[in-house]
Amino acid sequence: MTRISVTVDGVDYSDEVEPRTLLVHYLREQLGKTGTVVGCDTSNCGACTVHLDGRSVKSCNVLAVQADGHDVTTIEGLATNGELHPMQQAFHECHALQCGYCTPGMIMQAIDVLNDNPNPSEQEIRVGLEGNLCRCTGYHNIVKAVQQAAGAGAATGSSAGTTSGSTLGGEPV
Amino acid sequence: MIPASFDYLAPTSVADALSALAEAGDDVEVLAGGQSLLPILRMRLNAPDKVIDLGRIKELQGVSEDGDHVVIGAMTTYADVLASDLVRQHAGLLTDAIAEVADPQIRHRGTVGGALVHADPAGDVGAPALALDTEFVITGSGGERTVAAGDFFQDLFETAVGEGELLTAIRIPKHTGWGHRYEKFVRVSHQWSIVAVAATVRVDGGTIAEARIGLTNMGSTPLRATAVEQALVGKAATDEAVRDACAAAADGTNPPSDLNGDSDYRKHLATVLTRRAVLAAAGG
Repeated sequence: MTRISVTVDGVDYSDEVEPRTLLVHYLREQLGKTGTVVGCDTSNCGACTVHLDGRSVKSCNVLAVQADGHDVTTIEGLATNGELHPMQQAFHECHALQCGYCTPGMIMQAIDVLNDNPNPSEQEIRVGLEGNLCRCTGYHNIVKAVQQAAGAGAATGSSAGTTSGSTLGGEPV
Repeated sequence: MIPASFDYLAPTSVADALSALAEAGDDVEVLAGGQSLLPILRMRLNAPDKVIDLGRIKELQGVSEDGDHVVIGAMTTYADVLASDLVRQHAGLLTDAIAEVADPQIRHRGTVGGALVHADPAGDVGAPALALDTEFVITGSGGERTVAAGDFFQDLFETAVGEGELLTAIRIPKHTGWGHRYEKFVRVSHQWSIVAVAATVRVDGGTIAEARIGLTNMGSTPLRATAVEQALVGKAATDEAVRDACAAAADGTNPPSDLNGDSDYRKHLATVLTRRAVLAAAGG
């Protein structure tokens, strides 16, 4: 076992993990942060996307030990005081989901797209989301939601974690 | 899918990494960005006793300038190379190719050095590295040595990096002012290249003065289309002249046959994509 210290959604954790533990499994099973889901488990679908030091990564393709000393933001860290992040609000208003399984990763990647480019064209949004698969929507309303969020200035606050994150299974420092 | 158990080491210097590598024995894997290695470990195609993570070694990260060369640390991420003005200005072909690698999340983690040492012939950085006459800096316990691009890729997933050695940097001769284009053919977004062509061209007064062309997934290693390079010299940068020269793009190649296309189809694609890449490079 290896001891790691990670900040997740604004809360500092220190935990023992096996080196082979994937970041997504650490988040879900040790910290109880099940908002981040496992989709394809082959690093194709993007459902497990989180931010590592403010940049999007597929958390099924990162070891928890690689996140030692770093800052992770998950879908659970976006809302502040019960108020949805502008990207979450835009997904809600534009009905940018059907089954919802891809949504956590889609929202995290959509925020990353706007962090890189606050005013993307439709094509730039589609290219920016190419690592996230949705089998329900045909992407149409997802693109609309990102456009709406861009208009609302959603490019900020991607790593603004809450200070009341779940500590289930984790050991808050 | 969860990897088999392994011991994990995260050295913070090249010297410490080399010592760890020397002590690790035979059954060790070096972890760069992990975007190819972790899927391999998860699918248990490999189950090493030890994994040495280079991610904490700052000296392996970053892009710099050294006279006539651009130097890229082996652990520089795709995203950081993509954002580099130095690379864009002096080795724009690499920028073009990296923009086509996988997706943004993978580009945030994956490293140029990791991809080159992994040496998947369908990977997108080998062909531009080859076309740009990149020098590979390999470090072992005895010090550094430099290997020419043509000697680096040895076979499927095999490079000149030996046991106990690490690729520490690549040095790209500046191709300032050269036009460039990476033409990648895939059927679905962020797929591995079925075939891709990396072309960089120096045009002088409407005539192609020099051309460098690398082929992705046309054999067990990235390949240079030297016959086309020679045929292009002195030709006008017109569709007709370039089309004739590019007809030889698949000469000497041995591309795989798989569900995406058979070998002959890939050879045809290579000629078409080479023409498109050269024309775009000559025009830009």
